[in-house]
Amino acid sequence: MKKAMPGGRASSAPLLGSDTEPTIFEMSQSGRRAFQLRTTGVPALPLDQLVPREHLNPTHVELAEVSERDLVAHFTRLSHRQFAVDLGAYPLGSCTMKYNPKFCDAVAGDPGLNSVHPGAPAHLTQGWLALLCDLEERLCEVTGMAGATLQPAAGAAGELTGLLIMRAYHESRGDQRKRVIIPDSAHGTNPASVTLGGYEVTTIPSDERGLVDVNALRAVLGPDVAGIMLTNPNTVGLFEEEISEIANAVHEVGGLLYYDGANLNAILGVVRPGDMGFDIVHMNLHKTFATPHGGGGPGAGPVAVASHLVEFLPGPKPAMTSEGTYEWRTPHHSIGRVHGWHGNAMVLARALAYITVHGGDGLPRVAQHAVLNANWLRQRLQAVLPAAYDRPCMHECVLTATGIKHNHNVRALDLAKRLMEKGFHAPTVYFPLIVDEALMFEPTETESPQTLEALACALEEIAEEAVVDGDRVRHAPLTTPVTRVDEARAARQLVPTEDAAERV
Amino acid sequence: MPDYLPHTPEEVSEMLSFLGLSTLDDLFAHVPAALRLSGGLNMAPGMSEPDVADVFAGYTAANRATSSSLVCFAGGGAYDHEIPPVVKALSSRNEFVTAYTPYQPEVAQGVLQAIFEYQTMISRLAGLPIANASLYDGATSLVEAVNMAHGATGRSTMVMSAGVHPHWRAVVETFAAGTGHNLVVVPLRDGVTDWASVTATDVAAVVASYPNYLGVVEDLTPARELASKLNALLVVGGDPVAASVLRTAGQWGADIFVGEGQPFGTPLAFGGPYLGLFACSEAQLRRLPGRLVGETVDTEGRRAFVTTLRAREQDIRREKATSNVCTNQTLMAVTAAVQLGYLGTHGLREVATRCAQGAHYAFQELMQHSGIEAASSQAFFREFTVVTAAPADVVLRRLADEGFLGGLSVAALAGDHDVSVDDPTRSIVVAVTEKRTKKEIDAFVTAFAKAVK
Repeated sequence: MKKAMPGGRASSAPLLGSDTEPTIFEMSQSGRRAFQLRTTGVPALPLDQLVPREHLNPTHVELAEVSERDLVAHFTRLSHRQFAVDLGAYPLGSCTMKYNPKFCDAVAGDPGLNSVHPGAPAHLTQGWLALLCDLEERLCEVTGMAGATLQPAAGAAGELTGLLIMRAYHESRGDQRKRVIIPDSAHGTNPASVTLGGYEVTTIPSDERGLVDVNALRAVLGPDVAGIMLTNPNTVGLFEEEISEIANAVHEVGGLLYYDGANLNAILGVVRPGDMGFDIVHMNLHKTFATPHGGGGPGAGPVAVASHLVEFLPGPKPAMTSEGTYEWRTPHHSIGRVHGWHGNAMVLARALAYITVHGGDGLPRVAQHAVLNANWLRQRLQAVLPAAYDRPCMHECVLTATGIKHNHNVRALDLAKRLMEKGFHAPTVYFPLIVDEALMFEPTETESPQTLEALACALEEIAEEAVVDGDRVRHAPLTTPVTRVDEARAARQLVPTEDAAERV
Repeated sequence: MPDYLPHTPEEVSEMLSFLGLSTLDDLFAHVPAALRLSGGLNMAPGMSEPDVADVFAGYTAANRATSSSLVCFAGGGAYDHEIPPVVKALSSRNEFVTAYTPYQPEVAQGVLQAIFEYQTMISRLAGLPIANASLYDGATSLVEAVNMAHGATGRSTMVMSAGVHPHWRAVVETFAAGTGHNLVVVPLRDGVTDWASVTATDVAAVVASYPNYLGVVEDLTPARELASKLNALLVVGGDPVAASVLRTAGQWGADIFVGEGQPFGTPLAFGGPYLGLFACSEAQLRRLPGRLVGETVDTEGRRAFVTTLRAREQDIRREKATSNVCTNQTLMAVTAAVQLGYLGTHGLREVATRCAQGAHYAFQELMQHSGIEAASSQAFFREFTVVTAAPADVVLRRLADEGFLGGLSVAALAGDHDVSVDDPTRSIVVAVTEKRTKKEIDAFVTAFAKAVK
C-alpha cells in the first residue's frame, strides 16, 4: 500500500518553506472521500441492469481519493506558488495584463446569467440575447464596423474565423485568391491561421523604423492576394502611420484588410480600425476589456466586419425583431458555426460590464493612460535598456538588451528572470522575433506611476548587477518556489501525466 | 467618470512633462489627424458599478431559463450538475483567475501543476496516454482531432457518424472550408451509425460519438474495424462523466478522444466558457494541438513543471503549424482538476451511475404514456430521445409553462432534415443528472404526458 503524503503539511507554501508540493495522486488514500450528493429517491438499480455489460469498464478509472480539507489545502498551496495580476504588476508585453475589475466577475456570476442552458429556446433567454446584441453594438462602435460575431473563443479562433470570412467573400465573387500578406513582426498565430484558412503566407519585411515597408508591400501585391493581416499599433508597439496608403494599395488589387486586435487597448476611442480602412477586425476581450486571463484562457475573440461582409458572419447570431424581442438569425452567406454554442458567454458578459462602466468617455482614457505609462517607462529606462526603435510608442515598448549581452554576457531572459525576484512579472522576451534580445513591456493603464518607478529602479539595479555580479543574474531566480527548470529534460524525457512518472 | 486608473491629475502632468508633452492627446500626435475619431465614441457616458448592476438586472430578469425557475432536463453536452461550494471557492482564487499562460515556470508552478494533474485525470478517463492542457470546447476539439488525422495520414476525407453532436459536425464543416477537408456524414438507423454504408476511400478519420448525441451507447467495434480497414484514425467524442464507468475510448481502440468538459465543475453559463478535452495515443504526440505540461526538475533537483514540446506550437512553427491554438481554457481545466479531486474515483462513478439511474427511471415512466415513443430500441446512458405526438417545439413550450426545461429539440439542434432521426421536428433529447430527484422526475413526466396531447 502506498503511503499518502500529509495534506496538512504546508511546507511547499513560500510563506513556510521551499518543499515540493505533492501531487493530488500522491496525497490520495484509498477509502478517503470528500464528495456528498443529494438524496434523490430515484430507484438505485445497478449499472449492469441499465447498460449492457459489454459497455461497462471492468476496471475503475482511478482519479484520487482525498478529504475536502486536503483538497482545499492542496489547491490553496498551489495558488500560493502562482504569480497573478492581483498580486502585482504583470508587464507582459502584447498580453495586456491589466487589473480585472471584480465587479465584472460578480455581474457574470449572477445565476440569472450563468445558470442558463445554452440550448434553451430564444423565448426563454431573451435577456442573454439582448446582452449579446448590446455587446455587438458596442464592439462595432469601438472598431468602426457594421456587424460582429461573438462566437470565437479566443483571439486565434477569431483570426481563423476572419480568414474564413475573407475566403467566403472572395469565393462569392467567383474570385480564387491564394495569398495573405503578413509583416515579419507578426505574432505566430497569424501565419498559422492563414495556413488553416487555406491560404499561403507572403511575409514582408519591416523597415528600419519598425513599420511596414510600403514599397516592399507594393512589390508583392497582385490579383492573387486575398488580403493582409496587420496589427496596429504593431507588435513593436508602434503606430503604422502609413496605414491609409497601405489600405488603398491592398484594396486596389481587390484584397481585404484584416486587423489583429491584440493591441486594441492602445487606440480605444482614439482611432478606429474601420476608419483606417480595415474590413475585418478581431478583438481579444481578455486583453482590451479586462476579462481575467484565467492562467491561459478563457478568452474571447469576437470578429467585427464592414458592411460588405456582414452576410458572411458565423451564425446563428442574435438579432432584434421589429417587435423589439430577440431571435437567432443566420446570415444569408454565413460561413457557419465556429463554436459549439454561442461563444464564451461569461467572458462576453464581463466585457460588456467593463465597457458600460467606462462608457464613451471612459474608454479613450484607458488608451491614453496605457500609452502614457508605456512612453514614460520607455523614456525612463533609456539609459539602461534602450528602445529598439527611437520613436514614440503606443501602449507597449520594445527594449533591447543587446548592449548588456554584448558587454556582460547577460541576456534578456536573465534580466527577466531576475526581475521576478524583485516582485514583478517578467516582460515578454524574444518577441517580436525581428528585435535582438527583445524585452517587451506593457505596463497597462492600471499601474500607478509609483509602481512604474519601482519597476524602473529594479531594472536599473539588475543592470548594475549584470556588471558586478553577472552570475547572480544569470542564475536567477533563486528565491522563487522553484529555480530555473530543465526544459530540455522535460522535452527529452516526456512526463505529461502522473502515470508516465516513476514515483518511488 | 468611473474607471480603474490610479493616476492623479498632478501625476499625469508630471509624466507628460517628463516626456516633453503637455496634453494626453499629444501622445497620439503621430496618428494621422484625418484618421482620429473627432466626435468621440457614440456611446453613453460611463456609469458607476451599482448603476451598471441595475442595467444587468434587466438582462437577468428577462432570462426565464435559469436553474431556479425551470427544472433542467436539457443536455446535449451541457449538463446541470452539482458544483459544490468548495470547488467554486478554489477555482475562483485570484491567483488562478488573474494569471496568464505559464511562460515563466518559476512563478507559475501553481497553474502548471494543476494542469499536470488535469492532464493525468483526462488521460485516464480517455484511456489514452497523452492529454493536452485543454482546448476551447468539445466542438473545436473535434476540429483539432480531424486536423491531426489529416496530418497523420495526409488524407482529407473525414467519415463522421450522424450521432456526433450536430453543432460539432457544423463546426467541423465550417473549418473544413479552409483546410479543404471533405466531410462524409454517416446516417443512423434506429439510433445506431450505419458504418456498413460507408463507401468512401482515402479516409483520414472515422469519427464516432460515445454515447451518441441522442443518448445511445453504440458498440464501437464496427467503427474500429472500419478505421482499421481504411488505415484511418479512430476519433471518439465522448461524454466524460460516462467515461468513468463505460469502456474508455482507449479500450475501444481510439487513437484520439475528444470531449466537452463542462460537466467537470463549469456552470451551464449559456454555453461558455466550456472546456475542450483532448487525448491521444503516443504516435500522435508530435502533432498534439495546444499546450502540454511536463514534469522536470529545477537546478536544485526539485520536481517542477513546465510547458513542453513547444516546437509544435504556432509561435515557433508559424505557417507550418498544424494548429493555431495558444490561449485555451486553462481556468476550466484547473476547475476540472478541482472538481475531479473532490469527486474522486468513487464520486465520479457515483455521479455517472445516478445520471443513468435517473434517465432510465424517467424513460420508463414516460413510456407509460400515449403520444410519447422511444426514438430507438437501443440502450442509452444518461440521455435518451423520444418521439412526440405534438411538435417538439410546442411540447417544450408547454413544459416551460409548467416549470421545466424539458430537453432539446433535434430540429433546433440539427435542422429539420437531419439524418440522425426520422423526424427531427418531433424528436426531443432528454437528459437527467444526479441533481434530479424522483419527485422532480415524476412531476416532469406528468407535465410531459399532458404537453404531448
